[in-house]
Amino acid sequence: MPQVMTAYDVPTGDVVYWAGNGWTRDVREAAVFDDPATAEAVAVRDAAAQIVMDYYPIDVELKDGKPWPTRYREVVRASGPSVRLDLGKQAEL
Amino acid sequence: MYQYDSFDQAMLDARIDEFSDQISRRLSGELTEEQFKPLRLMNGIYLQLHAYMLRIAIPYGTLNAAKLRGLAHVARTYDKGYGHFTTRTNMQMHWLKLEQAPDALRALAKVGLHTIQTSGNCIRNTTADQFAGAAADEVCDPRVWGEVIRQWSTFHPEYSFLPRKFKIAISAAPSDRAAVQWHDVGLYILKNEAGELGFRVMAGGGMGRTPLIAKTVREWLPQQHLLSYLEALLRVYNRYGRRDNAFKARIKILVHEIGIEKFQEEVEAEWQEVLKTFEDIDPREVERIARFFAPPPFETLPETDEAYEAALASDPEFARWVEQNVHAHKAPGYAIATISLKATGETPGDISADQMDAVADIAERYSFDDVRVTHEQNIVLPHVKKADLYTVYQQLKALNLATPNLGLVSDIIACPGLDYCSLANTRAIPVAMDIQKRFADIERQRDIGELKIKISGCINACGHHHAGHIGILGVDRRGEENFQITLGGSGAEDASTGKIIGPGFDYDGVVNAVETIVETYRSIREPGERFLDTYRRVGIQPFKEAVYGQN
Repeated sequence: MPQVMTAYDVPTGDVVYWAGNGWTRDVREAAVFDDPATAEAVAVRDAAAQIVMDYYPIDVELKDGKPWPTRYREVVRASGPSVRLDLGKQAEL
Repeated sequence: MYQYDSFDQAMLDARIDEFSDQISRRLSGELTEEQFKPLRLMNGIYLQLHAYMLRIAIPYGTLNAAKLRGLAHVARTYDKGYGHFTTRTNMQMHWLKLEQAPDALRALAKVGLHTIQTSGNCIRNTTADQFAGAAADEVCDPRVWGEVIRQWSTFHPEYSFLPRKFKIAISAAPSDRAAVQWHDVGLYILKNEAGELGFRVMAGGGMGRTPLIAKTVREWLPQQHLLSYLEALLRVYNRYGRRDNAFKARIKILVHEIGIEKFQEEVEAEWQEVLKTFEDIDPREVERIARFFAPPPFETLPETDEAYEAALASDPEFARWVEQNVHAHKAPGYAIATISLKATGETPGDISADQMDAVADIAERYSFDDVRVTHEQNIVLPHVKKADLYTVYQQLKALNLATPNLGLVSDIIACPGLDYCSLANTRAIPVAMDIQKRFADIERQRDIGELKIKISGCINACGHHHAGHIGILGVDRRGEENFQITLGGSGAEDASTGKIIGPGFDYDGVVNAVETIVETYRSIREPGERFLDTYRRVGIQPFKEAVYGQN
């Protein structure tokens, strides 16, 4: 199953995803792994630089060619609370 | 309300300065998350599903207008315009930015609020009966002792690194509104035949994956010895509590494993040692603290009020709200009004900044500047003149804060669950909302009567499901949400642990199962029986058969 790397942004606590050339808040802009070792290396580097924290890979499926989480927990992280559609990324994206 | 003095304020300011410096070092990369995490947790900052979360202590659930406005300001300025009351009577804000945390903490400190004792393996914020100082059935105001415990336990060096967190609850009334027996230490204040006050000390209660109800350590402890006795009890826990396994580290496991008799023996022996060196609190200091909780200047009023009675007669919705949400006050002509934060379609326990400001205005004008938070995620105006109740009701109604459902099937405790919490396995709030919608008809709710549904989105049981008349626990079953239902729990003076009815349900099935259980109760109840009474009379079998069929 395809995967992307997620983490938390240190200053804001926002959920972020590795986009290949930096971290994005939009999971649909995340880079799908070609090589898990490379994605892990980037996360290790940026965690060591105290840019992000608590990184881990998540499973995604491709919708219109863009990644979207498969697990419900990650859908909530990528979108916002299901009970407040006016809050979180779903209100901004 | 207890007022911090200049020493308290200076300590609070110094602590925020210190933490601000730690945040700066974290943001500059000087501190790693591993180094910073224990520091932020000691200041009430967690990392949750969407962002950092700020947990603000509300000692013994007591607020005033200034504090409520302070919370509203912080919610509006540093969060997303609302706050969430928890089952520990604290407030959580789920969208904090670390870089703004120092400003948020300074804004809280200006109104005497802080985040101390909201995290870590220390003695947490003591909770109390939300009707304290107003209840017709209490023997004294338990918050005086809540404050004594707060002052003793805050930054207590010996108890800052306990085996696990430690929660104390206190009540001075025969009706237990504070789930006292579900705490690490539960304290009931009693009055003996000589008119003296003392404590029944209970220990070893707790929820989580191992639900246990507290056992009595001492039937009667003269009040002046509370702190030395707690000191002894905590020492026994600190010495023997397990540190090798976080799941077995709470005091409930120690009490359960060595047995209450052995635990009592240890505590009593330790107490004799403690008494040799520990100076119990000076009664004059208790009196000094008690003055902060002196009753407000109640007017001498008749038991009821003509205009109030007329409003009851002319406005059935008001009468319904009074019947459900208003309780007897100790002072004639006054009442205790509970504001339900369980309106249909709203997250249980959530309150917007605008609502906080408006409730602050109402409390200032009509409730002697006093507001309480309940462990059932509602708030209380403890001292309202009956003559003012109709006006208060109308103002609350305009704020969508007059839902007449206290103690009914829609007055549900729900943890934040998968919508906010990084530990959760399943959603809890949407389940609560769906149950509320299913039972939207208030007359049907009133016919069902007292029924406490409590929902947790994981085994940690922040939603108190073990104590629910109907409890719902969300678990992850091979990647799918699954909900186990328990029946017969209670958080009141007749505390009991719910029993699992059978195999769990998927998200769509859980509300149907709850409805079947409720309708079964309605069909077999005897006159005057609450759901819990019927369950205790007939047991789980009739409910099981109704939900799963005869076979």
